[in-house]
Amino acid sequence: MTERPSTPTSGTTTEPPPEPPATATTPAAGTERVPAPGAAESGAVTGPGPVPVSETGEAGAVTGHLPAPAAAAGPAGRAPVLSVRELSVRFLLPGGRRIAAVTDAHFDVAPGECLALIGESGCGKSVLASALLGLLPANAQTAGSAHLGDLDLLTAGERTLARTVRGRRIGLIPQSPAAHLTPVRTIRSQMEETVAQLTGERNRSTLRTAAEQAAGRAGFPLDHLDRHPHELSGGLAQRAATALALIGDAPLLLADEPTTGLDRDLVDRTVDELRRHVDADRALLIITHDLAAAERVADRVAVMYAGRIVEITGADAFFGAPGPRHPYSRGLLEALPDRSFTPIPGLPPELGSLPDGCAFAPRCDRATGICATLPPLTDSVACHHPAPARTPEDLRA
Amino acid sequence: MLELHAITAGYDRRAPVVRDANLTVAPGEAVGLLGPSGCGKSTLARVAALLHRPDSGRVVLDGTPVHRYRHRAPRARRTAIGVVFQQPRLSADPRLRLADLIAEPLRATGRRASAPARVAELADTVGLTPDLLTRRPHEVSDGQLQRACVARALVLRPRWLICDEMTAMLDASTTAALVRVVEDYRTATGAGLLAVGHDQTLIDRWCDRTVHWDTVTPAAAKTPA
Repeated sequence: MTERPSTPTSGTTTEPPPEPPATATTPAAGTERVPAPGAAESGAVTGPGPVPVSETGEAGAVTGHLPAPAAAAGPAGRAPVLSVRELSVRFLLPGGRRIAAVTDAHFDVAPGECLALIGESGCGKSVLASALLGLLPANAQTAGSAHLGDLDLLTAGERTLARTVRGRRIGLIPQSPAAHLTPVRTIRSQMEETVAQLTGERNRSTLRTAAEQAAGRAGFPLDHLDRHPHELSGGLAQRAATALALIGDAPLLLADEPTTGLDRDLVDRTVDELRRHVDADRALLIITHDLAAAERVADRVAVMYAGRIVEITGADAFFGAPGPRHPYSRGLLEALPDRSFTPIPGLPPELGSLPDGCAFAPRCDRATGICATLPPLTDSVACHHPAPARTPEDLRA
Repeated sequence: MLELHAITAGYDRRAPVVRDANLTVAPGEAVGLLGPSGCGKSTLARVAALLHRPDSGRVVLDGTPVHRYRHRAPRARRTAIGVVFQQPRLSADPRLRLADLIAEPLRATGRRASAPARVAELADTVGLTPDLLTRRPHEVSDGQLQRACVARALVLRPRWLICDEMTAMLDASTTAALVRVVEDYRTATGAGLLAVGHDQTLIDRWCDRTVHWDTVTPAAAKTPA
């Protein structure tokens, strides 16, 4: 078994001690469908004790003022809808192996703001989404906090999550809408059922009107409501799933790879529709490996590598000038066909055996001896050798 | 030459997906085929890979007309074409370790003896570590599995490569890496390529020549179904 690099609460911080993970996890609910985290094998929770939260000292000093209102909030400067602090997820596998799927995730999403979480497949993005919805499998341990208003999503019970959070305070737009919709029922019947569940409405004609309104809000054509999912194109199935996610009027939308497998026109249409909902003052956390889609929709970008957020910055600066600061982010962008189309050498590390220091160092051309120690997330980037920050002159330009 | 003349193909004779499609790939040439989702470009790619019998039309491979498809195609013709599909999960036998996945075409064609050396060589080319080769598909990521599928397509040293949305499930870096693997192979061997996709930027960057679905099936474009 590999020890993860941890300096257990070395810094003197005002952080509360990490929660005992046993209380923080709930078994996956059978009724919701979220793509199960790939690394998760079913297995008994027989692991070691609490997961220590590391490096809170430095990270806290940077993004600081932890629960203070509007501290690290978005451009609007308003209190965030979702506030994630030092969130870590570990999977315990048979034989004592531990998979560090997410480590010390720390970010906010404000109303009217879209945060795009990008990174290679298998870097822990979807696990993060499952953790926020309380849909991790039983062998997962979590630490840290994820506050949705006053509620900590990580410690909330299954009953609270099922009755007040999923669909009502967080709308999930799933990765593969065709698999998310019930195949044997029409879109209309699924919409009406969702409206009835979320509002308690029982009157059939009211339900019918409400379902049609919901379809209209997501741009789903009303004459397709009586079709079954297999009779819809990928784009329409995506809109149907979006319509279902919007019914509960949730302040936070969570979109997990909403554009996988769609062609470019459909990707653009899908993300433009998501953007409309953001502009209607919802918060959107979009998880994607499609950088073009992220550029189109996001206000801010968080780059994840090997379970850690290595850079979090404004989308304009990230995709425009001066560009990303972390070497991994730069590599990802340079791999695009309209840029230099050069791959990052090597493969992402195994989440079960991460190095002690910077996980990107083996693939990084800037790596030096100091990279054997873990870089803190300082000034929006976690790297010992980041590219220069934007200067005040750039900002004025 | 890989020539497709007036191909009509589909899954129901009364409603063919592809009508009167014409496409030619010269040896060593990289042709990109662009079209929206669901237009039939994957079906045409399957015809070109001898994996789907067209309802009508002629396929000419290296000067000889093709009469037999799928398992009925003579081995020498089947093995002249390497195919990479969109979804690695669906195109990999879940029971095989990645090393066996890559070696399977060699075993199926009686070249078992050359497998270990060839697998090691290709694993290095596509960037798979020896540790990954011992795993089964559920233990690796989409990107790692697609690397193995590209290695499998190259293992018999085909003269033609058909890449059907090879990179749709992949992130930017893996996409760039696999396109480079395919291009290095083509530079070394002079193989021809038919790359099917819907990302114009990628196809334009990758291929010598880009054709749009409308120009491949002009008849269908004139009389929309």
